[in-house]
Amino acid sequence: MPIVELKVWRGGDDGEYQTFHVEYDEGEVILDVVHRLQSTQAQDLAVRWNCKAGKCGSCSAEVNGKPSLMCMTRMINFTSGDVIAISPMKTFPLIKDLVTDVAWNYENARKVPHFKPKERDADGKHRMMQIDIERGQEFHQCIECYLCQNVCHVIRDHPENKENFVGPRFFIQMAQVNMHPLESVSQKPDALEGYGLDYCNITKCCTDVCPAGIKITDNAIIPLKERLIDDKFDPLRWLGRKIKIGNSK
Amino acid sequence: MTDFEIEEHEYDVLVIGAGGAGLRAAIESMALGCKTAVVCKSLFGKAHTVMAEGGMAAAMGNVYSEDNWKVHFRDTMRGGKMLNNWRMAQIHAQEAPDRVLELEEYGALFDRTEDGLILQRDFGGHKYARLAHVGDSTGLEMIRTEQQKAASLGVKVFAECTINRLILDKESNSISGAIGYWREKGNLILFKAKSIILATGGLGKMYAITSNSWEGTGDGHAMAMMAGAEMVDMEFVQFHPTGMVWPPSVKGILVTEGVRGDGGTLRNSTQERFMFNYIPEMFAAETASSEEEADAWYDDHNLGRRTPDLLPRDEVARAINSEVKAGRGSPHGGVFLDIATRRSSEYIQKRLPSMYHQFMQLAGVDITSEPMEVGPTCHYAMGGIKVDAETEASSVSGLFAAGEVAGGLHGANRLGGNSLSDLVVFGRRAGKGAAEFAKGKNEFSTIDKEFIDTTINNMMKPFENEGGQNPYAIHKELQDSMQSLAGIIRTEDELIQMLNKIGELKEKMKTVSVDGNRWFNPGWHLALDLEFMIANAECLVRAAIERKESRGGHTRDDYPNTSPELSKVNFILKQIDDEIQVEAKPLDEMPEELKQLFEDN
Ligand SMILES: Cc1cc2nc3c(=O)[nH]c(=O)nc-3n(C[C@H](O)[C@H](O)[C@H](O)COP(=O)(O)OP(=O)(O)OC[C@H]3O[C@@H](n4cnc5c(N)ncnc54)[C@H](O)[C@@H]3O)c2cc1C
Ligand code: SF4
Ligand code: SF4
Ligand code: FES
Repeated sequence: MPIVELKVWRGGDDGEYQTFHVEYDEGEVILDVVHRLQSTQAQDLAVRWNCKAGKCGSCSAEVNGKPSLMCMTRMINFTSGDVIAISPMKTFPLIKDLVTDVAWNYENARKVPHFKPKERDADGKHRMMQIDIERGQEFHQCIECYLCQNVCHVIRDHPENKENFVGPRFFIQMAQVNMHPLESVSQKPDALEGYGLDYCNITKCCTDVCPAGIKITDNAIIPLKERLIDDKFDPLRWLGRKIKIGNSK
Repeated sequence: MTDFEIEEHEYDVLVIGAGGAGLRAAIESMALGCKTAVVCKSLFGKAHTVMAEGGMAAAMGNVYSEDNWKVHFRDTMRGGKMLNNWRMAQIHAQEAPDRVLELEEYGALFDRTEDGLILQRDFGGHKYARLAHVGDSTGLEMIRTEQQKAASLGVKVFAECTINRLILDKESNSISGAIGYWREKGNLILFKAKSIILATGGLGKMYAITSNSWEGTGDGHAMAMMAGAEMVDMEFVQFHPTGMVWPPSVKGILVTEGVRGDGGTLRNSTQERFMFNYIPEMFAAETASSEEEADAWYDDHNLGRRTPDLLPRDEVARAINSEVKAGRGSPHGGVFLDIATRRSSEYIQKRLPSMYHQFMQLAGVDITSEPMEVGPTCHYAMGGIKVDAETEASSVSGLFAAGEVAGGLHGANRLGGNSLSDLVVFGRRAGKGAAEFAKGKNEFSTIDKEFIDTTINNMMKPFENEGGQNPYAIHKELQDSMQSLAGIIRTEDELIQMLNKIGELKEKMKTVSVDGNRWFNPGWHLALDLEFMIANAECLVRAAIERKESRGGHTRDDYPNTSPELSKVNFILKQIDDEIQVEAKPLDEMPEELKQLFEDN
């Protein structure tokens, strides 16, 4: 088996990169190599994972500086003798090794508006057309890897903004509720205020790293920003849109 | 008391597990006014449920109006080879449609029919297209929807917190709490609770080739048994016929049955659609006998009988196994699954986007132009905690169970899509059952201090056993031996060998040792999970030895046929003084009107 040199962050904030030499197979992904390292040389190496197939968003890290899912980064992209540096996501407080404290994200999940559906049709069912839910389904593909939160400079470089800015992952969640064909409440004019949409200057870094391929900026953030402005300055347009949504079924 | 500090909490209802079942249970219990908390080993939202792909089964009749709960009930029982708890199967079939609509009410966006209703897809063993789905990421939709609902209700979540033991009140022999540790720092945590719901999912991680994640160590199964609960059907484990077989690192990762539901077909190395050679007597009347008939069925189920590619999973897994054994396998030891020649590239990418990406990114295979290579992978535990069909109460007072950790609904084999619906139907009922139980109790029961001390000593032992056995090595030994000695095809000889192996592994566990300290230490976590895996392996093997026949997920080379006597019993397992005892228990009698459903056809 070929051997790769891994530089892995060990410890907490006062930790350091440690170098390991680990065997690998071309068909493997970085996470396999990290697991081999764990079972043979570093039993207590902290790393998160669940699905090993890009579906759960647990294994986020920075591989040679690039925010990635370790389970979807193939070894075939490297050659024997390469050095691979693996470090934890930078934006969140470090717990240990590759594991960070992502609690801030879960707090935001409680903060943003929640979905409240309108009444069902007379037969007890809801009707929605496929075309009207495609955008929502795109947002629902989010696996909560928080890589977008990790790269967003609004918080990566300014942790103090975390108080007032929920980040791209939760802009998606707001957009998902706001654009839901059955939503009944949170489309009211001030529903989008107070989450920091105005901090975003549309650099699209979040979209670039999203492993679920969600067009975060174009499809969620920009439309939300437009609505926020519209609703503030032109309540009639808000009303018009509301009626249109109501009719689209 | 030991000198370890313990953080303490009190809840009316404690839910262990944050998958589809645990979340639905917590939502219910919270809505009924009980102070409720959920505990889970991973981050919130990462449970197995997030990986479910194909869909959830519910006879809504949106695609075939002929469908109704009776047909679903019949399919479920026949799929389970009639060992299912009939009452659970009935409740499940009757309530699943409401639970799907309820998820929609919480915000889920299922794929739609042309008139705006929830679209349903074909799956193995289901007579009609019945699975509500979102492309091939239905579990993600379910968990996220429930997660957001639970957050909006204010359910308290303890994430990355692992429970290690259930605590009993010695006098009344009823549940009084649970003890565990925070994974981050290794600090101890104790919950006092009036009732506890186990929703800890499956136990596939005891096998080498599995679709389960690191969490699938069957903690709930083992903890319940240690607390004295009765277990049922533990010999039945589902090997899903289509896991990835190559490259080695992805071996076992699931390929959804939706591929076959949406038109894909299995072929051997000679390109033959071999499933036509494996149609069992029980399903012959309703299965297509030619390729033309099967293909016509895909277009309209009234034009032909269903394709044998969609026989129940146990049948398909055994067929693949036989083809490979006979030398007609694919280059990497599986068979071919072909949708490329049968559906357009656009259709495949639209219907199966995550399969497309999974193969492209992990195997470099473009499933719109090449066949996939697939083979069986350990997927699901049919067996589990024996519960009351109405309330999900276990045989231990105050202990409830729902989801994969509970047994009974699926009998000897689960139909695809019947798990996601199981989670919400019985998750809700368990939430209600546990909430009502808690309301009937004014005070918390006593926590057995002596037991706490023993548990903590047990948990800390791997740090004291310096230079002993490596937990990763013991785990690998368990997985490799279960795979070869208690896998898809079993014999008495090999099962007994496995039992001896389990004895050896238990011995090794006495000196299991881990490096480092309690600070986020996966080696230590594994050492603790291993105890559960080994206990479950023992249950499985003991029950498998007793079932001297082949049925559903349990195939015995030395007893290749079904036995009429064994068709009338479930095996119940119980731990008495450290010994696991197996007892045959007659099935509950099905009422006449339900029996009728099997005679009409
Ligand atoms: C890849 C894949 C695809 C699937 N596709 C489908 C499908 O299309 N349709 C279908 O019906 N079924 C499918 N299944 C099966 C189905 O997803 C699972 O059976 C189901 O999700 C199990 O749900 P659950 O709520 O019982 O438990 P899980 O979702 O497994 O959750 C278990 C929870 O318990 C927690 N837990 C476990 N032990 C402890 C402990 N000791 N302390 C604290 N917490 C603990 C875990 O952290 C987790 O939160 C699939 C399964 C897999 C693996
Ligand atoms: S587009 Fe906005 S949200 Fe996304 S990374 Fe840039 S600033 Fe952050
Ligand atoms: S939006 Fe994309 S990058 Fe952000 S958390 Fe979701 S999946 Fe990850
Ligand atoms: S392990 Fe699930 S996304 Fe990597």
